[in-house]
Amino acid sequence: MISLIQEIVSTVLMLIGTLLLLLAGIGIVRMPDIFLRMSAASKASSLGAGCVLLSVAVSAADIAVTVRAIAGILFLLLTAPVASHMIGRAAYMIGAPLWKGTVIDELKGHYDTRGHTLSGVGAPSPRPRRGTGPLGDNP
Amino acid sequence: MLQTIALWIALPLLSIAVALPVIRLVRGPTLPDRVVALDVMGTIAIAIFATYALINAQLAFLDAALVVGLIGFIGTVAFAYYAERRI
Repeated sequence: MISLIQEIVSTVLMLIGTLLLLLAGIGIVRMPDIFLRMSAASKASSLGAGCVLLSVAVSAADIAVTVRAIAGILFLLLTAPVASHMIGRAAYMIGAPLWKGTVIDELKGHYDTRGHTLSGVGAPSPRPRRGTGPLGDNP
Repeated sequence: MLQTIALWIALPLLSIAVALPVIRLVRGPTLPDRVVALDVMGTIAIAIFATYALINAQLAFLDAALVVGLIGFIGTVAFAYYAERRI
């Protein structure tokens, strides 16, 4: 009985994870913009790989397999947002083209692309001179 | 049952999914597009390794999956630094 429930849960998790990963692959190809592509890629792929690893952990019911699978899930959930944020910031810095249906770009004009600092969001602070960021003297 | 499903349904779908970002890797107009495609391919590779470990009951493939995930993360961060400081 327990074994049957274990197998059904594991199969369902594996199918869900596989379909999510396939969806991430399709989203990478079909989305029109780097930022939309990242939105499809990072969330769907980390959730899909997490589901597949969880399926392996449920089906094995062994402490060595489960520890490795849980470590893999935690690692994915920790690193996928960091990597996605860094590559999105780099894409905005080097001026990747936005989709032509984009409604608003709230960061437009606020990034100092030379010093890589964010300036003048929110409070109407005076525009800093070139070469000095809000944190002090940046090269 | 699970191993049959993993072998005949999950692995073909995962191989299709890992082949799709190659199109973006070749066609991508900018460098970050290619980096995102590589990142997704690494994540799908983790799932393929886990499925293969489930089919063959080999524990070592899970360690390989962890190492592939680590290398993919470090590669993405390194490419992001490279793309940002290049100008």
